[in-house]
Amino acid sequence: MKSLAELQAIKNRMKDKVVLREGSGDVRVVVGMATCGIAAGARPVLNAFVEEVNNGGLAGKVTVSQTGCVGLCQYEPIVEVYEAGKEKVTYVKMTPEKAKTVVEKHLRHGEVVTEFTPAEA
Amino acid sequence: MKEISLNILDIAENSVKAKASLTEIYVDELGDKLTLTIKDDGCGMDEQTVKSVIDPFYTTRKTRKVGLGIPLLKLACEQTGGKMSITSQIGVGTTVTAVFFKNHIDFTPLGDVTSSIVTLIQGHPETDFLFRHTTENGCVELDTREVRTVLEDVPLDTYEVICWIRDNLGEQYEAIN
Repeated sequence: MKSLAELQAIKNRMKDKVVLREGSGDVRVVVGMATCGIAAGARPVLNAFVEEVNNGGLAGKVTVSQTGCVGLCQYEPIVEVYEAGKEKVTYVKMTPEKAKTVVEKHLRHGEVVTEFTPAEA
Repeated sequence: MKEISLNILDIAENSVKAKASLTEIYVDELGDKLTLTIKDDGCGMDEQTVKSVIDPFYTTRKTRKVGLGIPLLKLACEQTGGKMSITSQIGVGTTVTAVFFKNHIDFTPLGDVTSSIVTLIQGHPETDFLFRHTTENGCVELDTREVRTVLEDVPLDTYEVICWIRDNLGEQYEAIN
């Protein structure tokens, strides 16, 4: 059973990392989680980003967060990528599989996946 | 919505937006009946507003003039022969209750509640959630206030914590299934 003792162990491990986290957030991935996003499948998309970013060792530079309705409900699930000094990139009609591609190509290697952006999708 | 768990995620977001410090989510299954209760200690609404949230063309949002969260929940439970109710008081909070009948052909499956709870915590690590799913076989429960007491200043959206919560709920579900 996932016990509270195990949680305590996580806490002890994380204590040292808390300082590190504050310097992070060069890249922000924001997933639309309003009614429209949720109904269109945003929950597994968000979870895929959280998993891939953390398991892929990108947590130091990428933060994944949630937002409300972006105003383009027909294109949900929508994911926006904000990077300091660069123009915002919007990905539309996302799926967990597409999320994996975005993590690998865009977040890891800096290549925007244009086929998932509104003009192409 | 394909699963009631998605309605849960959606409606609980309203509580967070209403600045709730604690959002309680209860799923009670007894026989054919499933009762969902989402209770918060947020800003609450006056009587007029409570009436208007059932209207799909009411929303607090500015980006467009449609708010479908509550209407979709209402539809989901009413199509099984159930009922939805909202009670609210300004400065006290809001409680949304929806009753579903599971044997009705139009009953939407409950789906992955664990995923919804994890998503809520990941998105709002600064607020607390109490989740309790009671079935005839037993009960699954998570209180982020307890988790927070152990974690002290480690944020709830730390990936390892999120994984712990997901696995903890998963194991509790295994035990009652």
